[in-house]
This record gives sequence, C-alpha cells and structure tokens, in this order.
Amino acid sequence: MFHRFANPTRFLKLAAIVQPWAAGATLLFLAGGLYYGLIDSPADYQQSETVRIMYVHVPAAWMAMFCYTALAISAGVGLIWKHPLADLAAKATAPIGAAFTFLALLTGSLWGKPMWGTWWVWDARLTSVLILFFMYLGYMALQNAFDDPARGTKASSILALVGFVNVPIIKFSVDWWNTLHQPASVVKMGGPAIHPSMLTPLLLMALAFKAYYIWVLLMRIRGEVNAGKIRALRLRQVHGTAPKMAEEVANG
Amino acid sequence: MAEFLEMGGYGAFIWPAYGAVTLVLLGLWIASRRFVATTEAELTNLNPRHTGDKDEA
Repeated sequence: MFHRFANPTRFLKLAAIVQPWAAGATLLFLAGGLYYGLIDSPADYQQSETVRIMYVHVPAAWMAMFCYTALAISAGVGLIWKHPLADLAAKATAPIGAAFTFLALLTGSLWGKPMWGTWWVWDARLTSVLILFFMYLGYMALQNAFDDPARGTKASSILALVGFVNVPIIKFSVDWWNTLHQPASVVKMGGPAIHPSMLTPLLLMALAFKAYYIWVLLMRIRGEVNAGKIRALRLRQVHGTAPKMAEEVANG
Repeated sequence: MAEFLEMGGYGAFIWPAYGAVTLVLLGLWIASRRFVATTEAELTNLNPRHTGDKDEA
C-alpha cells in the first residue's frame, strides 16, 4: 500500500481527484470560521474583542507544529526508504509550514501588544517558535545549497530530523517554564476549557487551515514532480544531442 | 458597520492580523499555482508529448 504511491504518475492521478475537494473544504470551513469568528461569537469577558485574534493565531500555531512534524516524518521516510515522493512531500511542506509559523508569530505579536503590553518577550514559547521558523528557513536554504539536488535533499532531511527535538519543547514550553503565554486550553485533561461559542470558530479555522495545507501541498508536489522530469529531460537532451553534434561536426 | 470595524477599540490589532493571514495564504497559493503552471509549460516545451494530467507513464 505504501509503495503503491511511490509511483508519481499514480500519485498525480489521486492528487487530481483530491485537490478540488481540498479546495472546496478550505473555502467552506473558512467561510464558516470567519462568520463565527468575526460576527457570531461573543467578546471575551477579560480580553474583549481581541479574543478574535485567537481564531487565526491558534490554528496557525497548530499548523506550524503539524507541518514540521509532517516535514520530519517525510524527510525520515525519504532518508531511510529512499521513497521519492516522501522527499518531494517534505520539500513541498516546508514553505507552507514556514508561512503558518510566520503568521503565528505575527498574529501573536498583534495580540500581545494590547493584552500583555508588549509586541515580544524572549520567553520559552515565543523563542522556541521563532527557532521553528528559522528551522524551516534553514531546511529550505540547505536543500538548495548543493548543485546536486540529491545531496541537498539528504543534508536538509538530516537537519529536519535533528530539528524535530524543538517540537515537543514548543508544546510543553508553557508548562516547563514561567511564561506570559497561556497554557493549553483545548487539548487538555478534563476536556477543553473554552466555551462552545468560541470553540466553534476555532475548530472551523483549524479545519480550513488543514484543508488549505492539503490543497497547496498537492499543488506543490505536482510542481516538484514536474521539476524532476524537467531535470531528467535536460540531462537526456545533453547526452542525447552530444553524439549528434559530433556527427554534424564530423560531416563538416 | 463602523462599530464592527472598530472592534471595541482593538480594530488596529485585529484587522492587521486577519489581513496578514489573507495576504500570506493567498500569496503562497498564487506562487504555488504559478510554480505548477511554469513547470507544466516547460515540460510541454521540452517534450511535446507531455499532456499534464494524462502523463506519459
């Protein structure tokens, strides 16, 4: 089952079927999330209207960690089993994860200013997420730092695996260290400590972001498969035309 | 409407947050679409038998 999708042609066929569904789900969940988030949900009794930033900030932060986990797993599968699509999935995931991490940092800053009185603090949660952002950038830079794409993939996959140590640190940073950032209130023992009127837009936006990830991921994998074919064709052209050129030269 | 945009005095923080999310996600989507389109065009150029979805297998 695993290796059936190692065939890019078969994968692209499946991707072409899934992609419109992912696009539809993104738009549908986004419409619902924005309606409940901006219009049909109450202001918080302490944070008043700024609580609405939560509906984009928290899902973006979840996606930042989810994408890095997906990146590390794909990189590991590519490294160990030489699964070509796993490498492409890792490569395609990185810019999406970097975008969500950037958004988590930016929207967090815009929420921090009115509620904490500061745009930024160097505490464990914020700093470890900033490091996550740099891990994404480092992965992408290393991937493209070699003339031979296979070497770039190998080096960046190792970096992705080593960097995974940061993900549990981010998750538990609010419990291990004193921080301005509040601890988990959705995924916790004894159920979510958040009212359904606020949980609804939060989960809808989280689903929208997840569907967006699938949508853009499939697009980018298709692009990467194409880029690989272009490289192979170019190589074949170089080798294929060389004897012909020699023939032309020989015939004057 | 003005009251909605003002967001209890916090509009200056809430709208830039939603605006940034829109810009970044839309930008990445456009860039990814363009990535697919340019590679498809280049493939067709290099190999006229290439037909996008119905790939030469």
